[in-house]
Amino acid sequence: MSFNTLLIANRGEIARRVIRTAHEMGIRCVAVYTDADVDAGFVADADESVRLSTSYLDGKAILKAARLTGAQAIHPGYGFLAENAAFATDVEAAGLTWVGPTPETIAKMGDKLEAKALAEAAGVPVLPGSIDTQHADKIGYPLLVKAAAGGGGKGMRVVASAAELDDAIAAAKREAAHGFGDDRVFLERYVARARHIEIQILGDAHGGLVHLGERECSIQRRHQKIVEESPSPRVDATLREAMGQAATRLAGALAYRSAGTVEFLLDDETGEFYFLEVNTRLQVEHPVTEAVTGIDLVREQLRIAAGEKLGYGQDAIQFHGAAIEVRLYAEDPANQFLPAIGTLIAFEPATSPLARWDSGVEAGTTVTTDFDPMLAKVIVHAETRHEAAGRLALVLESSHIGGVVTNRDFLAAVLRTPEFLAGDTTTDFIERVAPPRTLALSAEELEQLARVAALFLQGANRANAPVWGSAPSGWRNGRMPLQSSVFVWHEEKITVAYRTLRDGSFRFADASQARVHLWKPDSIDVEITGRRFRSRISRLGDSLIVHGPRGDVTLRIQPRFELPGEEEVSGGLVAPMPGKVIELRVSIGDRVRAGDTLILLEAMKMEHPMNATEDGVVTEVLVSQGEQVENGALLLVVEPEDGGDS
Amino acid sequence: MQNQLLAPPIQSKLDTRSAAFEENRNAMLEKLEEIENLLDEAEAGGGPASHERLAKRGKLPVRERIALALDPDSPFLEISSLAGYNSSYAVGGGAVLGIGVIAGIECVIFANDPTVLGGALTPYVGKKWMRALEIARDNGIPYVSFVESAGADLRRRGSSEKKDGNATAGAARIDHFAETGRFFYEMIELSKLEIPTVCVVFGSSTAGGAYQPGMSDYNIMIREQSKVFLAGPPLVKMATGEESDDETLGGAQMHSEISGLGEYFAEDERDALRLCREVVSHLNWRKAGPGPTAAAAPPLLDPEELLGIVSPDLKRPVDVRDVIGRIVDGSRFEEFKPRYGRTLICGWASIDGYPIGILGNNGVIYPESAEKAAHFVQLCNQIDVPLLFLQNLTGFIVGREFEHAGIIKKGSQMLNAVTNSTVPHITVIFGASYGAGTYAMSGRAFNNRFTFIWPTAKIAVMGGKQIAGVMSLVRRGQAARKGEPFDEEADAMIRAAVEAAQEKGSVALEASGAISDDGIIDPRDTRTVLGICLSVVRNKPIEGTDGYGVFRL
Repeated sequence: MSFNTLLIANRGEIARRVIRTAHEMGIRCVAVYTDADVDAGFVADADESVRLSTSYLDGKAILKAARLTGAQAIHPGYGFLAENAAFATDVEAAGLTWVGPTPETIAKMGDKLEAKALAEAAGVPVLPGSIDTQHADKIGYPLLVKAAAGGGGKGMRVVASAAELDDAIAAAKREAAHGFGDDRVFLERYVARARHIEIQILGDAHGGLVHLGERECSIQRRHQKIVEESPSPRVDATLREAMGQAATRLAGALAYRSAGTVEFLLDDETGEFYFLEVNTRLQVEHPVTEAVTGIDLVREQLRIAAGEKLGYGQDAIQFHGAAIEVRLYAEDPANQFLPAIGTLIAFEPATSPLARWDSGVEAGTTVTTDFDPMLAKVIVHAETRHEAAGRLALVLESSHIGGVVTNRDFLAAVLRTPEFLAGDTTTDFIERVAPPRTLALSAEELEQLARVAALFLQGANRANAPVWGSAPSGWRNGRMPLQSSVFVWHEEKITVAYRTLRDGSFRFADASQARVHLWKPDSIDVEITGRRFRSRISRLGDSLIVHGPRGDVTLRIQPRFELPGEEEVSGGLVAPMPGKVIELRVSIGDRVRAGDTLILLEAMKMEHPMNATEDGVVTEVLVSQGEQVENGALLLVVEPEDGGDS
Repeated sequence: MQNQLLAPPIQSKLDTRSAAFEENRNAMLEKLEEIENLLDEAEAGGGPASHERLAKRGKLPVRERIALALDPDSPFLEISSLAGYNSSYAVGGGAVLGIGVIAGIECVIFANDPTVLGGALTPYVGKKWMRALEIARDNGIPYVSFVESAGADLRRRGSSEKKDGNATAGAARIDHFAETGRFFYEMIELSKLEIPTVCVVFGSSTAGGAYQPGMSDYNIMIREQSKVFLAGPPLVKMATGEESDDETLGGAQMHSEISGLGEYFAEDERDALRLCREVVSHLNWRKAGPGPTAAAAPPLLDPEELLGIVSPDLKRPVDVRDVIGRIVDGSRFEEFKPRYGRTLICGWASIDGYPIGILGNNGVIYPESAEKAAHFVQLCNQIDVPLLFLQNLTGFIVGREFEHAGIIKKGSQMLNAVTNSTVPHITVIFGASYGAGTYAMSGRAFNNRFTFIWPTAKIAVMGGKQIAGVMSLVRRGQAARKGEPFDEEADAMIRAAVEAAQEKGSVALEASGAISDDGIIDPRDTRTVLGICLSVVRNKPIEGTDGYGVFRL
């Protein structure tokens, strides 16, 4: 190996992931971190770490950190500088090893238009499209507007008709300019029933080149993948061969070095596939390929970067079983999958059944808008796809996660749909199949979990009692109201009233009974009308995260007393997610109509218009342009008009 | 934990499969059911109509007010819940009294029940109120009152007479206004003794009642609900001709902004209770006595079995150790002088980890029993250990032999020791409590901290049969002196009537109804009640005395 110290120019789960393999290979690891990550796990995992006073995009600072620590190689992870050809050039110019493709390859593939041309030249089928936005009619609707420099769905718009085209192009340009500093966009045919299939490639500096089969990543929300698997249920050996060959043809033309991914769009109906783009980095979803091939992709990247030969050919690549990965995001599926922030009160991956968790967070981690809101990737590898899906769903359901809204319940629901199990996965899966966005709890289940929570709180109250701690819970020698707890779950109020019986069991208002077998500060083992709950419970302030049989339920403890004067402002426009006010279109005194866009909020590089809900006059503006706002923050107040004058 | 008792657990010889046990248990359960029904009555207060009126005005029932003030899931020891039993007043007596935990602090809570005669100050309310103040003073715990009172009970006077018209209302009849108002004195005293008094005014608090907030350290008043004035608009009109209304005369806003009588202004009842909790939480409360000094292990013997120990026929002997073994930690009991004065069991144990010295009767008190008890009381005072008296006695032994042995002298020694003892006394009457033995065993009149009574217990100067018999002998003697024939038939009838009346008057419910104790408890709750009391008494230092009166030795 030509290097023994590796700097990881990234954060979170991918930094941890790279460190893990590097450590296995005996390589020292250097982490860089910004203030937001001062307590992060990957910093602790690294052998040494250097604080960045700017950001993970500050190439100069990163090179300085490498010099400071004697790192001889840099692994960029994904995102940030991973596909920044200039940075790769600087790294090599500094005499360091760049763990990735050559800067030339990165540059070529980074330009989507050039990449498409190269693919076409290499005999890889491409979708009809044009950089000339006048050619929309020729391409036909629906079509896609995409950022030339884009990726990850940013700066991408689906356009259903000619009427929407201009707005879509403008928005895409704006997002592209903001996100990539390059506002060029192009148009492309939109395949309605499409699957996203990608081929993993590995090339060494000596002409060695293999593909590791496909990954299907069709299930996406907001154009971002959330469920990925290998193999694809739609790809048979013949198709795999054809796609693999197409990918390696292109990679060969590029003399591709390191790990990369050639993305295709597969028309589900015809089985035809079209080149989309090449990702010149390690993909988020690489673990499913590792699972089915048994090849550690980070290890291969490091070996290739060190100049080693692959040492095996295509024939050596074997596929075994099925692997599925889900991306656990801090986001609210019920609210258009908008990012969520907050503190992870609970984050305890299930210890059984077995799954691979690539995660950069832990209980206590604060999720902010600073970075991508992915909390973890959970990967299961099983003999069959059906088993993998079931096990992964079970792993998700058995984990204790809360404090921040996540897509966990939604992911489990996706994995349990008959459509998913049947392999009927297209890019419109979420809209078409419409799995429940949140944990579908029956009123009865909710009631039972609220009872679990109430008895848990009761136990805590008794355990922490400064006096009379030995006396039975809520003991009375006269008539007194029942003991009770009130919870709020999604604006629904649940009251649990109970009484302690002489034998230590509890009786609820409806006469059903419960017995607490064991109370601990972080869990309760309780039997309620014969059903046993062994619930892990986490609490922070008024939030109680109760783990039930199918996942966690977050109950807000309704305080017994409310402070006077806590009223909601009516007519207020409230931020539905944390974000930045990029455009403030009104000021005090302005007359607005229902539906008018008053504020443009940017979150996760997407624009979200905040519209007036009724006609009225702006009476208060509480934010200014460029201001960062919290979820639920009051932005401005519109006093409704009494009608009459116009 | 230090001070773990090394004594072994009590070995109970109680046969829980015997017919007697089953019989006792059934009788006890039957009595408990009667009490449960009375508790329902107490809760109903002034009845459904008055509760509805309260609800309509958005007001909370008194017990809900208390529950909201207490720490969630904490116990509440209600005192004299059946006050007014068998009187012309509602069971409960128109006020709720108890000890509860607010913000981790043990407090006396005295709350008017506005559904009962508008919370008027009836004789029962008065006696309960005095008891509340006494508990606060004796144990040094904050006094919290929820005031909503129409004031003096102008409609009825001296009316603690019984429903059945029995002429036992003498005490009430000599109750003159000139003697009233001691409550206010007591409240001021509490403040002087550094015992905070917190008053939440839920409604009217007029005339004399106005001094309740007047004499409290902290007043919480509720918007458009609290009304505190010396005289309401009608009386003001009568006295001076001035026209006024409740709000400007004595509303919460007026008192908070103008008169300064109200320290805290609450938006509504819940808000007032929030403020009440906040006030108590700032009291910087520090209990003087040490916390539990031993581990609180539950008894090894089953407390459920307490139901079957005592026979409704109190003549049947009971081994008090069977009671002790079912209420003390780990059933451990170190008996003192077990071979001497065997009718009065003395020894050490702990409840909830609090050490106690126990005196329990195994029947009548003999001279040597009394002597042993006097000795034991002194020992507990020497080492600052509270005393638990478990009463089941027919009195001091009588007869020539025992008079010769100095039963009066020995009994006086015991009374001297008990009277001058300064460690807290807690008394549980689980069987009979007759005669001077009641006093010697630290009865209510002997300044104990708490007295509780089991449902089937009886308390009187002597047993009904004895009284009836004594009276019959007197009549027989009179007849003999006058040389008149003795009407055996009439005597039998009179004897039966006297016995029945006496028995009826001596039952636990009567005593409890008259607020002569702190309430009837379910035998199975004895340990819990005592544990709470032993914690409460520790708000003040536990200091035994070294000074007594003259012991007649």
